[in-house]
Amino acid sequence: MQRKAVSLISGGLDSMLATRVIMDQGIHVEGINFYTGFCVEGHTHAIRSKDKAKPKRNNALWVAEQLGIKLHIVDVIEEYKDVLLNPKHGYGQNMNPCLDCKGFMVRKAYEWIQANDFDFIITGEVIGQRPMSQRKDTMPVVARESGAGDRLLRPLCAKSLPPTLPEREDWVDREKLYKFSGRSRKPQMALAEEFGFNDYATPAGGCCFLTDVAYSSKLVDMWQHRSSRDYELDDIMLLKVGRHLRPRAHFKLIVSREEGEGRFLEGYRNQFVYLQACSHPGPLVLLDGEVDADDIQLAARIAARYGQGRDTERVDITVGWPDGRTEQLLVKPMPSDEIIPEWHV
Amino acid sequence: MARIDRQVDARRLLCPLPVIRTQDAATEMQPGEMLCVVATDPGVMNDIPAWCRINGHRVEMIEERADEIIITIKVGGFERD
Ligand code: SF4
Repeated sequence: MQRKAVSLISGGLDSMLATRVIMDQGIHVEGINFYTGFCVEGHTHAIRSKDKAKPKRNNALWVAEQLGIKLHIVDVIEEYKDVLLNPKHGYGQNMNPCLDCKGFMVRKAYEWIQANDFDFIITGEVIGQRPMSQRKDTMPVVARESGAGDRLLRPLCAKSLPPTLPEREDWVDREKLYKFSGRSRKPQMALAEEFGFNDYATPAGGCCFLTDVAYSSKLVDMWQHRSSRDYELDDIMLLKVGRHLRPRAHFKLIVSREEGEGRFLEGYRNQFVYLQACSHPGPLVLLDGEVDADDIQLAARIAARYGQGRDTERVDITVGWPDGRTEQLLVKPMPSDEIIPEWHV
Repeated sequence: MARIDRQVDARRLLCPLPVIRTQDAATEMQPGEMLCVVATDPGVMNDIPAWCRINGHRVEMIEERADEIIITIKVGGFERD
């Protein structure tokens, strides 16, 4: 009987190698990829027009295609909130709850194999590769907390771990698995060469925006200034776009940096008060928070600073409300030395 | 123009959400049925055909109209090309 495995495909090299190692042992493998809302794939690349000429490929799809396997992409945006908001094992260097995240994804994969009659799960984890989630002592945590237990096989470091069910049952030959460890990428690169893989993605840092310092600080800022630590998909998308300035605790400006971002933010004009210069070319600015006339006046002066009228005496700004009302404001652009660095989120 | 059995509105969604919505619709459809996806993220021009190739569906047509991209898919199982 041909055994079946599902492989967690992130789009990076390690999961690609792990999958291929198991496919070469005659196992039927399909890929699974979880979309949390924070994944690096897609998004900003799609938003920013400078990248438009060369749309970025989705690496998980690309990897699946190279390997010749199916890929199931699963929307876990809602369920992921609890992982990010209440991580049992805490956060890594930034807002990345890697250990809980891994446990969550393996648990989802485990549910998937049960529902689809597959035998085991594979991941591209390597001991010592990542400081938080890929350590020898955390490997059993993921296996245990996900419920997958010994149906979780890590082909790239299996030989340094106790034999799992697929190995004990001889579905796979343990001797043909690996014992990679540490941060060096050399063994992976050598194996990639052996398989003839080139052009694979090499993401710096992690697989999601939560490992990014700038992104994490915007997320923390958003929570600090709201009554709850919750979020919606739109919130986390907007954190990826534009320049964010918070001149007052109760509101911030999201200033588009180029045309593509402007077009993207236009889609939010029915949810936010927005500003746009009409006397000169300038960015589209959304105001996030409850704003009064004074706030709008201040925001308009800042918005004028980021447009081409910055050195003129007066800039005419259109203020729009979500209900469709608009108003014109004539403001003096704020001098650059009055925009204090602390406002930049 | 062939009949359309199901339409997915993926406008304003960023990749990979349009792919996920397409996939979720396709899994509920029968082979041979036609699925039409309307999206605004140009990333779909790469991602949806790639997803179709991998999963045995066939892209019948890609049309760009103003800011919208319309992709018509014949639901598989087709073997990979
Ligand atoms: S980098 Fe992001 S997606 Fe990857 S394990 Fe950590 S939290 Fe999860």
